[in-house]
Amino acid sequence: MNSITRSFSNALRATIPWAVPIGILLVWQIAASLHWISSTVIPAPSAVLAAGIRTAASGELFRHIGVSTARAAAGFALGGSIGFVFGLLNGVSKPAARLLDSSFQMVRNVPHLALIPLFILWFGIDERIKLYLVALGVFFPIYLNTFHGVRTVDTGLVEMGRAYGLSRAELFRQVIFPGALPSILVGVRFALGITWLTLVVAETIAASSGIGYMTMNAREFLQTDVVLLGILIYAVLGKLADSGTQLLERRCLAWHPAFATQGAKN
Amino acid sequence: MTGTMKMPYSPNSLSQTGAEVRISHLGKSFGERPVLTDFELNISPGEFIAIVGHSGCGKSTLLRLICGLEDPSEGSIELNGRPVREQISEARIMFQDNRLLPWRRVLENVGIGQRGNWEPAALEALEQVGLGARAHDWPAVLSGGQRQRVALARALVSHPKLLLLDEPLGALDALTRLDMQRLIEDVWIRQGFTAILVTHDVTEAVMLADRVIVMENGVARLVRRIDRPRPRVRGDNYLSAIEAEILSRLLSRP
Repeated sequence: MNSITRSFSNALRATIPWAVPIGILLVWQIAASLHWISSTVIPAPSAVLAAGIRTAASGELFRHIGVSTARAAAGFALGGSIGFVFGLLNGVSKPAARLLDSSFQMVRNVPHLALIPLFILWFGIDERIKLYLVALGVFFPIYLNTFHGVRTVDTGLVEMGRAYGLSRAELFRQVIFPGALPSILVGVRFALGITWLTLVVAETIAASSGIGYMTMNAREFLQTDVVLLGILIYAVLGKLADSGTQLLERRCLAWHPAFATQGAKN
Repeated sequence: MTGTMKMPYSPNSLSQTGAEVRISHLGKSFGERPVLTDFELNISPGEFIAIVGHSGCGKSTLLRLICGLEDPSEGSIELNGRPVREQISEARIMFQDNRLLPWRRVLENVGIGQRGNWEPAALEALEQVGLGARAHDWPAVLSGGQRQRVALARALVSHPKLLLLDEPLGALDALTRLDMQRLIEDVWIRQGFTAILVTHDVTEAVMLADRVIVMENGVARLVRRIDRPRPRVRGDNYLSAIEAEILSRLLSRP
């Protein structure tokens, strides 16, 4: 096969996953244009696009996206770093794990969204409620996967590191952390999903800005197109965050045969 | 060999680089179970020792004690008259599994634990085992035999005075194993370190060692010196006779 036909078939292969969503969009647009479905139930894709352009032009859309993204990032950073630190601590130290792990497991079984009424009582609807809810939701997947990752690092490698004179800090940096990283990144992907989910709920119930607020506000004025736009934006933001992690995985785990881009065998 | 003349083997001419090992009254128990009891062994500088024995006879524990991965319950291990604990970097161990860090390139694996400008030395060690061209590959793309050669380079890069080999060839196929045996003998002759090889393979022990020790239940039951020039020839009558003797000793366990 020469290179032109190969690149053509590669391009074809890359478009195949998009065939179904694009097909659905087309059918949807046609059905809406022919008034088979009412625009108050589901507006046409073109109407959603128009709503996007309208809110973007007024600057409203980007303000809300900015607020939501900042909340997601802050909550993720807070919960993720606490989860990471405790995951490492419990992974490395058996006494710490014995003291803390079962308590964390107990708290983990409380659905964090069930705390919303309590948090509203405590914090009203200011920024802290979103921050703490996201942080709480993110904590557990990061904690669990870091803990598990550190615990399952090949003990043979740790022993080798000791026999080859690595200090404790070097042992951590060169052996334990990279060994736990695949598991930690799985936790990051889980946690990002939870971040957006938590934010949707929290912003819908208790916020005066952000994508969730924008959609709830639009609902009051029966702007179905803006509601749909908000839902789509959440989907896009979630997908972007996930793709970012995948990119990170491919960079950090280039050594891993499962992520190797080329020449897995010689 | 490049440039230098290959000298016929003679342990005395190499005594500067190999460590003298003195193991006295060494004992190790895990809980109630004694694994080594009152173990005695003196090894002269540059000597190649092979230890054979059944699984669980304490031979691997002996190596782990020597390189400081375990603490002895009693007795002492000295390298050139000083406790091995104070000079752990003089002894290097090679394990049965290669234990390369999969997230580090081959060259970085060889240089692990090295300080300062380690790269030239690491590359030299890699070239010594014939893998200089693979320095920037991931370990995952190497074959089992190549990975074990990288592990050997990693053990040699710091020019240890004592090399401990814990069944390093046990997981390799027969041909690769013969290759590795020749390579290990080669670098041993060149660098003159003291070597202790733990193995299940009596033929391998007899081919490589100056002295073969049969261990049973944590004590040395039989010590056989092998005075044969190197490189040794496979199927040599003298070696075969010793091999048969050691095997029958191993198989006649009470």
